[in-house]
Amino acid sequence: MRPPLGGRIFALVAAGLLLPALAACGSGDDKDGGGSGEAGDATLVIYTGRNEKLVKPILDKLEKAVGADVEVRYGDSAELAAQILEEGDRTKAGLFFSQDAGALGALSREGMLAKLPQASLDKVDKAYRSGEGDWVGLSGRVRVIAYNPDRVGADEVPDSVHDVVKPEWKGKVGFAPTNASFQAFVTGMRVLEGDEAARKWLEDLKANGAKTYANNLATLDAVEAGEVSLGLVNHYYWYERVAEKGEDGVDAKLHFLPGKDPGALINVAGVGVLAANEDQSATARKAVDYLLSKDAQTYFADKTKEYPLAAGVTSSVEGLPPFESLQSPDIDLGKLESLQETLAMLQDVGLV
Amino acid sequence: MKPSPNPPHAPTDRHGPTDPHAPHAPTDPRAQGAPRARATPRPAETPAGFAGRGAERRPPLVLLVPACVAALFALLPLGYLAVRALERGPAFAWAVVADERTLDLLGRSLGLTAAVVATCVVLGVSLAWLTVRTALPGARFWSVAATLPLAVPSYVAAFAWLSAEPDLAGFGGAALSLTLVSFPYVLLPVAAALRGIDPAQEEAARSLGHGPLRTFLRVTLPQLRPAAAGGALLVALYVLSDFGAVSLMRYDTFTWAIHTSYRASFDRTPAAALSVVLVLMTVTLVAAEARTRGRAGHARTGGGTARPTAPVALGRWKPLALLWCGAVLAVAVAFPLGTLGYWLAVGSSATWDLGGLTETAWATLGVAAAGAALTTLLALPVGVIAARHQGRWARLLEQAAYAGHALPGITVALSLVFFAVRYAYPLYQELPLLVCAYAVLFLPVAVAATRAAVLQAPPVLEDVARSLGRRPWQVLREITVPLAAPGVAAGAALTFVVCMKELPATLLLRPTGMDTLATRLWTETGAGSFAAAAPYAAALILLAAVPSYLLGRHRP
Repeated sequence: MRPPLGGRIFALVAAGLLLPALAACGSGDDKDGGGSGEAGDATLVIYTGRNEKLVKPILDKLEKAVGADVEVRYGDSAELAAQILEEGDRTKAGLFFSQDAGALGALSREGMLAKLPQASLDKVDKAYRSGEGDWVGLSGRVRVIAYNPDRVGADEVPDSVHDVVKPEWKGKVGFAPTNASFQAFVTGMRVLEGDEAARKWLEDLKANGAKTYANNLATLDAVEAGEVSLGLVNHYYWYERVAEKGEDGVDAKLHFLPGKDPGALINVAGVGVLAANEDQSATARKAVDYLLSKDAQTYFADKTKEYPLAAGVTSSVEGLPPFESLQSPDIDLGKLESLQETLAMLQDVGLV
Repeated sequence: MKPSPNPPHAPTDRHGPTDPHAPHAPTDPRAQGAPRARATPRPAETPAGFAGRGAERRPPLVLLVPACVAALFALLPLGYLAVRALERGPAFAWAVVADERTLDLLGRSLGLTAAVVATCVVLGVSLAWLTVRTALPGARFWSVAATLPLAVPSYVAAFAWLSAEPDLAGFGGAALSLTLVSFPYVLLPVAAALRGIDPAQEEAARSLGHGPLRTFLRVTLPQLRPAAAGGALLVALYVLSDFGAVSLMRYDTFTWAIHTSYRASFDRTPAAALSVVLVLMTVTLVAAEARTRGRAGHARTGGGTARPTAPVALGRWKPLALLWCGAVLAVAVAFPLGTLGYWLAVGSSATWDLGGLTETAWATLGVAAAGAALTTLLALPVGVIAARHQGRWARLLEQAAYAGHALPGITVALSLVFFAVRYAYPLYQELPLLVCAYAVLFLPVAVAATRAAVLQAPPVLEDVARSLGRRPWQVLREITVPLAAPGVAAGAALTFVVCMKELPATLLLRPTGMDTLATRLWTETGAGSFAAAAPYAAALILLAAVPSYLLGRHRP
């Protein structure tokens, strides 16, 4: 005696369990066909922390350029780095394409990355690649101050982040304390000027009534709306907004800080080849070279409005200051990994 | 295991409180059950037909073996935590945990948990009573709509509130958004319990001079306690494990410290050490919840069939009741959906990729259904044992099922990466592993529902079946499961909804190239394309109505 509902549940359970099992068998067969082949033909598996919407088109082109099958796994850079560390030598990844230098540094520290050919490394300035020669930056983003010209004249915008804590900007500055780029900038300030100076700056910023926002976009929106006069953001959000709405549709303007100010830090997205999967490494190195090619670098420049880092490629984004003109602080990006202390500091000060 | 030698009748010894023929209506079932608690160490010493009939029997193997499998499954993350936390020696792990900041964050986590649980119980019980027991117009609509908030990802709720009112950031905003996405955890089991209650007791109480409020407080409420407490426990563990809402609301909790360890220092050892604290907290909460249960029976034992409850006429309270239900669902469902509509209207990234949306929706439905099916199957033996047995086994098994439930999804996901890469490599990043991950993550959701459902089924019927020579698995198949089926199915529906919106484990364990609605939503919002994200979020919320709608159709 089984009432109808019990029977239905049973059928549902059975069907639910069988379907994915069958599907898995199907997909398993495909994999076996593609996976076994000679070394150069192995499918290249890319783990990337960059957004799919952003990089899928260029990774599709990369597949053609390297002449092998490419599978892409999207996720969060830090979580993917943790996943690769957990997978160890059995990682499926041949290439790790990270949103920031920190996750690459973590894999490099654990010896998970293979040395890159010098020719590939040399395409990028030393400041934007690993000191160990096992990862290389692809595109750069620079910290800037966004301002609302209705509230503040172009010549009044501070030339240093140290000025935004002054009384005349009380309650007029917006920033995103939980944003990774803001935190990297604070870490940079700690490295450049010492922990005490950075702590003092954060305390002053808070005491000055600076307003906190969820992320860079929300900060830019607040500047746009005149809620605040100044916003500490990454440069490309503004260029994306302009590309979307046209320059007339965007009120806010950007100010690039001169004089190697810590507020003009440049951080990078980069790529490294996993040491564990030798059958993929030839393809992976080809992929690195493709990502440093004029084709791919121009894509990053146009699509993400970031700065292309390979020598000889310049961004054609309208209104973007030339990369050489940026006066960013001299800093070893590898040192930005002391983020933990920065977070503790932000907490102590009460900003996050 | 031999069938119980206990005689099948004498139902009034343990179940007196719920017996409608008892001369006195129950006032507090606990008063009768509590003094016996944990007094009987071994089943053999229990005189046949006396106290705790059935309760002290060791579970039959047909239940025990699959329950142990389920428990081992649920304990996988703990094994991983032990390995990682002690990687650099116990001294290092202790130093991480003993930091004064840890205690501070723990306090903040518990404060938030207490606030959310209290609000959820009030919302859940009041809405359940109104929709099940009163003549509220559109009861059917309300009961289907009540599941939907669960499908709203906590970060979507938080984002919606924050964009409407930036000042909400902090404790208030975090509590608000978490309450509004988790109160169905209380509402649904309480509603199921209300449906199963025999009205005879309330009528007896009324006939003995209790007013309606007094009857509710002293007769109805105590019978709802197991369901409400089980739901409250799920809410508590959900709040402890949440990162999405608290990070957007900038209210630091314990999960913040764990995520910082992964994201800022790329270090898994401190994260694991901190996660162990969450596990200890979970075990304490589960033990505390078990202590509040008492040992009262909640099944009707009288002859014949319970007649349907006459709905309470609301009279002049009707507008107020409607307003209350409407207001709660408006802020919990209509508001996030409205925000999504707003995203669609103002954003320029909207692309009506209907094919992509349909494909993703089907994939999500498939994997969530499989996840719910496996979870329900694994939860069944654990839930039955938890309801019917009270020895050490029962407690341990239930504890095991819950132990990892307060862990952030990323920690559970990494633990499955760890085990799959080592011991099940062919399954790694294949669908079956993802389905297993859902079972590990959501086992307690289904266990709670199963336990509450089995508690309402009269154990005397099982005893009768056993006395007639039915084997344990026959009793299970012919009596227990069919009687508990509506509650178990409701639990499966709940599990289905939470599987659908799961993100961190799905990201790490899905087959490369596969997308669910939750991962798509994550991708689109990550790119700032809120208009393009809106259809996926809306689909997630609306599809959650499917299982509760289907279940509602079978309801008498």
